Amino acid sequence: MKSLEELMAIKAKMQDKVALRTSSGTTRIVVGMATCGIAAGARPVLNAFVEGISEAGLSDSVMVTQTGCIGICQYEPVVEVYTKDAEKVTYVKMTADRAKEIIEKHIKGGKVVTEYTIGAAKK
Amino acid sequence: MEELSLYVLDITMNSVRAGATEISVELREHGRWLDFTVSDNGCGMTEEQLSRLENPFFTTRKTRKVGLGIPFLKMLAEMTEGYVKISSVHESVSADHGTVTMARFGKDHIDFIPLGDMVETVKTLIQGSPDINFVFRHITERGEVMLSCAEIRAVLGDIPLNQPEILLWIGENLKEQYEAINNA
Repeated sequence: MKSLEELMAIKAKMQDKVALRTSSGTTRIVVGMATCGIAAGARPVLNAFVEGISEAGLSDSVMVTQTGCIGICQYEPVVEVYTKDAEKVTYVKMTADRAKEIIEKHIKGGKVVTEYTIGAAKK
Repeated sequence: MEELSLYVLDITMNSVRAGATEISVELREHGRWLDFTVSDNGCGMTEEQLSRLENPFFTTRKTRKVGLGIPFLKMLAEMTEGYVKISSVHESVSADHGTVTMARFGKDHIDFIPLGDMVETVKTLIQGSPDINFVFRHITERGEVMLSCAEIRAVLGDIPLNQPEILLWIGENLKEQYEAINNA
């Protein structure tokens, strides 16, 4: 059983890491989680980002957060990526597979996946 | 929405946005019924807001003009011979403010939808609001699944609950509890 003792062991291992994480987050991935986002499939998208960032060992520099409706419901699930130096990138009609691709190409590789951006969808 | 657990996520987000610090999410299965209740200590609603709640063209948000959360819930509940009941005390009325949303669904009704992944719903709520004291309870005739964020926080001290290692533990813990009642 995943006991509270086990949780204590995880805590002991994490203590130093957390201070680092809260101070050095430079990239933010924001997933829209209002009714429109949830109905369009935002939950698995959020989960794919949370797990993918952790698996990639990027938890120290990348934060995954949630937000409400940003007013472009027809494009949900919507994900915004804020990086330190570049302009905000808005990805639309997201899926868990697209999330993995964005972690690989954009978050790790620094290259925006243009075909999934709102600019491409509006054309 | 294809899973009841997504409705649970959506409705509980209302409590999050109401500024609640304590939110109880309970599923109770008895006979043919599944009752879903969210109670919070958030800002509550005025009587005027309450009376307009079921109108999809009413919302307090500024980004769009429709609010579909409660109308969706009510539609699904009534389609399965259930109902939705909401009571609320606005913060201007009493220090003991908050909202209770209760929905009943007929599990054996042809329009009932699968419960889906409650573990993901609970993880998503905690990921988004690591400082809220969520209490999740799923009571069935074969046993009970329970998770309390306050209990977890008592062990973790100042480590936020939305750290990936902690969310993983939460997910595994809930899955094991579900397996235990499914095998009972």
